[in-house]
Amino acid sequence: MDLSFNDEERAFQDEVRGFIAKNLTDEMKRATALTPSVFSDPDIGMAWQRALHAQGWGAPGWPVEHGGPDWTPAQRWIFETESARAGVPNVNVMGVKMVGPVIIGFGNDAQKNFYLPRILSGEDYWCQGYSEPGSGSDLSSLKTRAVRDGDDYIVNGTKIWTTHAHHANRMFALVRTGDGPRQQDGISFVLIDMKTPGITTRPILTIGGDHEVNQVFFDDVRVPVANRVGEEGKGWTYGKYLLEFERGSGIASAKLREGLKAIAELAESDLTGRAIGSPDIATRISEVEIDIDALEMTELRVLSALQTGQNPGAVSSILKLRNSEIRQAVTRLGVDVIGHDALAVEPMRPLYKLNHEPALPEEMLTVVPEYLNGRAYTIFGGTSEIQRDIIAKMMLGI
Amino acid sequence: MDLNLSDEQRLLRESAERFVAESYDADHRRKMANDPSGFSPAVWEQFAELGWLALPIAEEFGGLGGSAVETGILMEAFGRGLVSEPYVATVVLGAGLIGRCGNAVQKQARLPKIADGSLKLAFAHSERTARFDLAKVATIANKTAHGWRLAGSKVAVLDGQAADEIIVSADIHDHQGPSGRIGLFLVPAQTRSLAMSDYHRLGGGRTCNIELSDVHLQEDALLGDDHDALPAIEWAVDRAMAALGAEAVGIMQTLLETTLEYTKIRKQFGRPLSANQVIRHRLADMAMQVDEARSMALRAALKADSAPVERARAASGAKAKIGKCARFVGEQSIQLHGGMGVTDELEVGAYFKRLVAFDTLFGGSAHHYGRHAQLGRTTVPA
Repeated sequence: MDLSFNDEERAFQDEVRGFIAKNLTDEMKRATALTPSVFSDPDIGMAWQRALHAQGWGAPGWPVEHGGPDWTPAQRWIFETESARAGVPNVNVMGVKMVGPVIIGFGNDAQKNFYLPRILSGEDYWCQGYSEPGSGSDLSSLKTRAVRDGDDYIVNGTKIWTTHAHHANRMFALVRTGDGPRQQDGISFVLIDMKTPGITTRPILTIGGDHEVNQVFFDDVRVPVANRVGEEGKGWTYGKYLLEFERGSGIASAKLREGLKAIAELAESDLTGRAIGSPDIATRISEVEIDIDALEMTELRVLSALQTGQNPGAVSSILKLRNSEIRQAVTRLGVDVIGHDALAVEPMRPLYKLNHEPALPEEMLTVVPEYLNGRAYTIFGGTSEIQRDIIAKMMLGI
Repeated sequence: MDLNLSDEQRLLRESAERFVAESYDADHRRKMANDPSGFSPAVWEQFAELGWLALPIAEEFGGLGGSAVETGILMEAFGRGLVSEPYVATVVLGAGLIGRCGNAVQKQARLPKIADGSLKLAFAHSERTARFDLAKVATIANKTAHGWRLAGSKVAVLDGQAADEIIVSADIHDHQGPSGRIGLFLVPAQTRSLAMSDYHRLGGGRTCNIELSDVHLQEDALLGDDHDALPAIEWAVDRAMAALGAEAVGIMQTLLETTLEYTKIRKQFGRPLSANQVIRHRLADMAMQVDEARSMALRAALKADSAPVERARAASGAKAKIGKCARFVGEQSIQLHGGMGVTDELEVGAYFKRLVAFDTLFGGSAHHYGRHAQLGRTTVPA
């Protein structure tokens, strides 16, 4: 057993550091630090995706024949860790990490040839049409219906919590094309051009004051049958496959550590009257840091298992659950650290393009919005309650 | 970067788990719980034959030269069966301190004997007024013309009753008075003017308090030279905490499995307890905490030979986190067993008590969150 990297891995680490130093602009860094929602806006995020693509690193998890870099699990770890340390933009993962693997796994050649290069280059910007107002955790009860009409489906219904639908030109969606004995039957996985007539998007502001999610309405929207991925009625299988990617990308501790570092720096600064002088704050910082240490070790254990081709199993639910809970603990700590300044609200967005003097120092601008928006971490991608159901079923057999 | 077990490590784990499953059953535990010696000499002999007593000792002294990771593998298996033999006292703390501080003669005289099972040690360091502060030692070692004179009181000495020799820490006073250095002294357990009062330890094994009233020792009773031994004590205790953390993981794993089985069998309102979501989620939380504890124990072991601050933060982090997980898993195991969990008729209580003892030994979670924070505040004046 060994926690340290070998020569090859260290050389790769240098390569990643070199790439980041060359491509990460101060503007991108500042914009990322001042974004209190999950993903960077497309102008920032896609600029980074283009730089990654130019390097051949646009889709770390993809097979080589579709443009993946063929990294070992340790290399992916190094890449993610260095990226988090440097504060690179949070690229919207709907393309590369979500619909990409589904198209690779279940799409036909025409779909692969058309969509995959456009995901890599950032030409297409994707959003996810899964949840509906009546279908949250019970996702397969979804009602958006696609009725066959010649070579098209005619889609009617509505999707909600659609991250970046207002930026996206494409959506992958689960729609009902039939009714089977189980509610999971009769669901299909379709790719929708967001410019198709009949689609309207309503913004939803989150409690942190950000416009990241939307509700999308479909009124007689024509979607070519050729845009269905895989078999009709088998969409639930593909959709679940994708959710495992959403939960189990598995390398989150480095980002959590950077988040905690920013809070600890605030706690040590005069801006907060040196909040760390309070034993309560100092101990809580340690408590969260130790939780991150534990998560990091679990990630490394999973990574080691993957290196030798073992299946880590239901541990992806543990990783998702702990990551979301610790992230919330970090943001909660942030609010307590900034003290009086937690009362100040800066309503303008984006925070990196304010044209007035904000109500509180720049280092503190995202603290409260991140805490508020961060309540969603234990809700999206399968709530903590759903994750516990999965752990009980998959790990404990109950 | 590789956290997979090597073939040797896998074999070690398998043989330790097999030993515990076959030789260390409930009857044996029950017998040992009331045994005044606190351990079984026959089992100790088997440990020696299996090479476990030699595990972390350097090869030149008859050991196997294993690391804290191998010790952790063994300790986790010990936890599964609530092994009460004085392994931490003799092998982790005793052999650890002698290997690190002793001179060639002291090492040669003791380490091979520890490895072959013929010598058992204990480490007397904690004092009542110091609580868990390792640097606070009121016991005094006065330098005399012929050697040393020790006086003071020690508490919570792990398995002192089993030891042939006790390593006692004391504040060194030379002819100029207090030196500000802590020394470690090898004191034969049978020394007159060393009074030992020993008691059952919560969760198994024994612990004692020691009174040293003017104990006369030869010059060579001092372990190594008269450099301050505090860094070595911290190193050894961090190692012991990593080992005990691994043991706690084994205990928690057994409690989780036992409790899971019980909730599947026990029926109320016409269905098994495990049919209730509130129970399933509780068990999911327990499983998650066992896994987090396992990660932290491994981390502490992997960093047991890192630079002092990194090592100490890993050890305190593990102690704090595993302690917290242990209390949760232990308390919930009892809760889910209902009234039966509170009785002495099931073994759940015995496993729980060992976890409570773990959380207390060398300082509880609160103490170690504090130590971790203190060690981390390098940029901030205290």
